[in-house]
Amino acid sequence: MLYFLLLFSALGAFWLLLSGHWHNQLLLALGAASALLAAWVGVRMERRDTGAYSLGMLLRLPRYLAWLVAAIVRANIDVVNRIWYPDTHPIHPVAGRLPSSQGTDLGKTIYANSITLTPGTVAIEIGDDDVFVHALTREGFDELAAGEMDRRVTWAEGGRR
Amino acid sequence: MTALLADLLSLPLFIGGVFLGISGAVGVIRLPDFYTRLHAAGVTDTLSAGMILTAMMIQAGFTLVTVKLLLILIFLWYTSPVASHALARAAVHTGVPLPPQTDDERGQGDASSSN
Repeated sequence: MLYFLLLFSALGAFWLLLSGHWHNQLLLALGAASALLAAWVGVRMERRDTGAYSLGMLLRLPRYLAWLVAAIVRANIDVVNRIWYPDTHPIHPVAGRLPSSQGTDLGKTIYANSITLTPGTVAIEIGDDDVFVHALTREGFDELAAGEMDRRVTWAEGGRR
Repeated sequence: MTALLADLLSLPLFIGGVFLGISGAVGVIRLPDFYTRLHAAGVTDTLSAGMILTAMMIQAGFTLVTVKLLLILIFLWYTSPVASHALARAAVHTGVPLPPQTDDERGQGDASSSN
């Protein structure tokens, strides 16, 4: 039910912001109806467990995203250095499995997407409790192995740390 | 006055975003193999696009255009890792050689064993 409400409000806000029709009541009603229909179809089509969605997670996600953006900026600077100064910043690619502590599919998806979104590391395979990662440098791999991102995603997902 | 301020704020972001975009392109050419080039493309996907879109938002001010630019950024940041992940996974499964696996206890398995 919460998933349906979240989907409906997100679709409704999306419709409203993209169309910009704030005043025409007929169009507003039609927009609400289409958002309702799309949310209903979306919930019916969803085959994964949607119980991972919680209001607490929505409140915790912005804090995680702020940390993630800072991590992305740091990783970008590192990768750009390695592109322009290959002599002083050599690359040495590594690949390997890292443990992941998220309990839900949603948490695993957030973790794997965060790894890939950060330049220098790409998630290749996602297992039940580990993720196969390719990294541009040994340091990048070790930083991920230290587990700060893993802990933060798990915290955002369920409030544990 | 506000227009000048918007220009002063957005110009460095534009220049930085363009520089990062060029860096990503140089990286795609310069780095040695498929996986490392994927990392270089990530620079263009994330901070380059983010800085250019942020600069555009500053130029647009508090309008619906800014909201739409923000939505573009959000969708870009949601979808580009999925595309990178699909490419890397396809490369592993079709046998593009991976770098040596890490030798600590975490890096035991090989890419094709799970799923």
